[in-house]
Amino acid sequence: MSEEEQTYSASGEVGQVRQRRTRVQRSIIELKKAPPTALFGMVVVLIYAFVAIFAPLVAPYGEAEIFAQPYAPWGGEHRFGTDQIGRDIYSRLIYGARNTIGIALMTTFLSFAIGGSLGLIAAINQSWLDQFLSRFVDVLMAIPSLIFALMLLSIFGSSTWGLILIIAVLDSTRVFRLTRAVSLGVVVMEYVEAAHLRGEKIGWVMRKEILPNIMPPLVAEFGLRFSFVFLAIAALSFLGVGIQPPTADWGSMVRDNASLIQFAQYDFKGAITPLLPAGAIALLTVAVNFVVDWFLHKTSGLRDEH
Amino acid sequence: MSTDDRGTKGDILLEMKDIVIDGFSDERWHEIIKGVDLTLRRGEVLGLIGESGAGKSTLGLAAMGFARPGCRLTSGTINFDGMELRTMPEKEKQGLWGTRLAYVAQSAAAAFNPAHKLIDQTIEASVRHGLTTEEEATQTAIELYRAMQLPDPENIGFRYPHQVSGGQLQRAMTAMAMASKPDLIIFDEPTTALDVTTQVQVLASMRDAVEQFNTAAIYITHDLAVVAQMADRIKVLRYGEEMEEAETRKMLSAPENPYTKSLWSVRSIYKEPEASEDHILEIKGVDAAYGKGVKVLHDVSISVPRGKTVAIVGESGSGKSTTARVVTGLLPPSKGEVMFNGEALPAELKNRTKEQLRRMQMIYQMADTAMNPKQTVAEIIGRPLEFYLGLKGAAKERKIVDLLEMIELDESFYDRLPSELSGGQKQRVCIARALAADPELIICDEVTSALDQIVQEGILKLLLKLQKELGVSYIFITHDIATVQAISDEIVVMFQGEVVEQGLKTEIMTPPHPDYTALLLSSVPEMDPDWLTNLLKEQA
Repeated sequence: MSEEEQTYSASGEVGQVRQRRTRVQRSIIELKKAPPTALFGMVVVLIYAFVAIFAPLVAPYGEAEIFAQPYAPWGGEHRFGTDQIGRDIYSRLIYGARNTIGIALMTTFLSFAIGGSLGLIAAINQSWLDQFLSRFVDVLMAIPSLIFALMLLSIFGSSTWGLILIIAVLDSTRVFRLTRAVSLGVVVMEYVEAAHLRGEKIGWVMRKEILPNIMPPLVAEFGLRFSFVFLAIAALSFLGVGIQPPTADWGSMVRDNASLIQFAQYDFKGAITPLLPAGAIALLTVAVNFVVDWFLHKTSGLRDEH
Repeated sequence: MSTDDRGTKGDILLEMKDIVIDGFSDERWHEIIKGVDLTLRRGEVLGLIGESGAGKSTLGLAAMGFARPGCRLTSGTINFDGMELRTMPEKEKQGLWGTRLAYVAQSAAAAFNPAHKLIDQTIEASVRHGLTTEEEATQTAIELYRAMQLPDPENIGFRYPHQVSGGQLQRAMTAMAMASKPDLIIFDEPTTALDVTTQVQVLASMRDAVEQFNTAAIYITHDLAVVAQMADRIKVLRYGEEMEEAETRKMLSAPENPYTKSLWSVRSIYKEPEASEDHILEIKGVDAAYGKGVKVLHDVSISVPRGKTVAIVGESGSGKSTTARVVTGLLPPSKGEVMFNGEALPAELKNRTKEQLRRMQMIYQMADTAMNPKQTVAEIIGRPLEFYLGLKGAAKERKIVDLLEMIELDESFYDRLPSELSGGQKQRVCIARALAADPELIICDEVTSALDQIVQEGILKLLLKLQKELGVSYIFITHDIATVQAISDEIVVMFQGEVVEQGLKTEIMTPPHPDYTALLLSSVPEMDPDWLTNLLKEQA
């Protein structure tokens, strides 16, 4: 061994220097390595997004358009028939994607904005404010959320905005708990202390130092919460206090046509009709969770044993 | 030669030939151990040294026929007392582990289950493997506790892991490994996490126990002085290859391999201390406590001369880091004040001006947790530039590259994430972040203690160079006397929250010493294989 190899050089310490890559390049590489379930999930989510955004172009009829024949069978002019007052089911399914997903997405974002920011503040503050917020959240969580939502909706009436706000607030309790819990692990890190020592404002510390490091669990939770919100809205709509007619919505579509399922022995296809919106909900929930699982698996460093 | 039921001392116990171990990372297999031979006789202790990443632990575990998750024993033979471990089925190996082969990990605190009493965990392996009954095992355990010189050996086993100190826990862990009277124990850096004064006791009891029970051992460490006390032979590893193997005395006196020589020369940096009366920082009579709890600092007064280095030494719990927290304003003192450049600093962080904050920067022990893993090197170094000096755009970029060059890295590090840096490089980036603020005083909290010796040397030289160029003052908190020799002008010795003495390095290091300083200095392992024996004789 030559003498030369022994001289120490800091930059030469890592043998093979990896090629510099931008964040976009890195994410493309990650995407290529995604498992089939995640790819399936992404494709499904993209299709739903496309349908939701371009609903008026995709749907053959309007969502509230009423035709002469109620309970029309499948095929012909109406691919999936018509409902109890003669609206085209296929068109309503497509518009339903827009309404249901749109509202669920907005609700989830809102609940993350509320729960996330309060959770972060509580974790950094860790004084009476933390106590107050945490105990208040405990109180809210002690009441079954569906019953609580029903009560609030009957007090404030079921307007779309009321619905979004109520579900968002109730759901933000879970987000708060999660954010606070994972942030507590990050606020004790020395880089957060270093930021405090530098004299950084609390907002900067929250956004730049803590938030990027708690993103993985939050994103995973986002997928999960989105699915739950989705189901909550569908459930409320099914009970008749959710999204109000004539706005198309998958939950209320299940309820409106639920009775058809009894006639399976006479018209099998017609009986499937209420299962279509239910299936749409199920498929999206599964797809979203496939994507989220992959993301969580990747960022949390979980590895399969080789 | 002593003989017992397990064979004669001096017989070959373990023979590993041409071991190749692969590890999986970046989606492919890499060779971690590249064909190493290892022979161990009964009752012999082999020291395995090298930097982190040299493959010490991997090789040590392979001696048990174990491959960590993500690793595989690719080829070679592991002959343990006539059995071939590499190809042995997992089930049979499990029968050996914990009975004939035992492992002592670095962090005893992490290796013990906090929910069970020590004694239950000590005897678990031998009872579960059906070697002895519970009563017999308990008796053996108590004997072992006595052999390991644990206080109150009859009852200490009935405590929970959190009820004993770190050094005691490490000894209990060794007792646990020895409970089934194994033929071979792997010690994986067992004293690295301990204070020097505690380390001495643990080393002594481990050595006695190994001798008493005629056990063979592989002792893995990166500390040469420690291995000199423990091992009969030393093997030096680097990048998964054997550099050199020799008897301990021969290895210490006449290393042959140039790499081994460079390891030996690390402890040779020495800074000539200079006195100065111009003080940049004065801590005056500070008391401090956490919450309403126990006082951790008692009337601490320390002064730091401008452009010089003050090393604060002491064991853990002596108040070194708490002093730093008072200086930085993270912990307002209950009494006393901190003068910076002749004016009193506000006690609380939030009352200090940006300018006051800028002039005093901090570097942490664990560069891993001191840098946000989601920020690139440029973001980490660039933030203080932007925050304190208002630099933006091209000017900021140029300054970042300047700083990278100052810490002997280059532009290619600009957009790397901390996870893409080695330990030494990470610490350098932390230094650059501190320098970016153009500070007058930098507090270094154990900045080299998590690093390998050669990397340590690089960091210390860099800090010395920066001081010469920029005239910055350091407060250097450490428990390592070699580091103190290398970098300090003045030394402050702390013990239980009080300053034992402060003075020029030459004064502190020459006798007569106050009692505690004497103990601290004598506990620092020396590269002399007889050091521990002599020390114990003196202390007795």
